[in-house]
Amino acid sequence: MPGPTIDLSIYADEAALLAALRRHDPDACTCLVKRFAPLVYARALRLTGDPDEAESVLQSTFIKVCDALPSFDGASSLGTWIYRIATNEGLMLLRRRKPQVALDDVADNLQPEEVPHQFHAWSPDPQRVALDSELRAQIEQAIAALPEQLRVVVVLRDVEGLSTEETATQLGISPGAVKVRLHRGRLRLREALAGYLAARSEGHP
Amino acid sequence: MSHAGHTHDLERCRELVAQLNDYLDGELPADLCAELEQHLADCPDCRVVLDTLGQTVRILHHLDEAPPPLPPDLEARILASLR
Ligand SMILES: [Zn+2]
Repeated sequence: MPGPTIDLSIYADEAALLAALRRHDPDACTCLVKRFAPLVYARALRLTGDPDEAESVLQSTFIKVCDALPSFDGASSLGTWIYRIATNEGLMLLRRRKPQVALDDVADNLQPEEVPHQFHAWSPDPQRVALDSELRAQIEQAIAALPEQLRVVVVLRDVEGLSTEETATQLGISPGAVKVRLHRGRLRLREALAGYLAARSEGHP
Repeated sequence: MSHAGHTHDLERCRELVAQLNDYLDGELPADLCAELEQHLADCPDCRVVLDTLGQTVRILHHLDEAPPPLPPDLEARILASLR
């Protein structure tokens, strides 16, 4: 049962949306979900690699957001605050999982899969700036294929924009380990994209 | 890690791959930067790896700009759970 269509612009700005949420305006909750849930879910799916787990992260995030709204002080934007809660929920779920970590997933030197094998240039593609859906699918697939220990670091650092130190604190590992895993993850993604982008720039599908 | 015909030292390329990330992130010490840049000037393969590694990072930076909409049934479940 899809909800009623809500015009996202019924609230002039975040302050108006917040005020409506605080007086329990029913449209406000729908508006909040429509505006912020897509990215919360996309990030949870990327972090966990599992649609059911991503849904549970999405749900617990919005329950926490609604509970904590009265004490939200507006020091950051609403989005920043929600996405931070979502990242914490996602990481908490990963910690609760039984760890199944292969030794080479946390190795502090480059593994054979990360030594470059592709040396074709990627020609500049103006479309890539806007990330066409095909390239988006390719990179999401490549991220999903990374070992979890590398994936989490790449996602927090390069997609969600946390610093090396913030990432290290979130994961309980050293900044040095963050750097090594980031490098290994980036090299794997480069290799995975190379086949696709080099071929495309030469005009072969 | 190279094609036939290049005369440079493959071991050197492998060593330098480990530094490309710090170089990209502006965290490589100046003396090592100079060494790396000297190698890059002579080594087309390492230049491609550096350039495409940088492009990979830029693609990652843009990944969250336009998340796909929630599947409608999922959106309905979330809204119902918040009521
Ligand atoms: Zn080289």
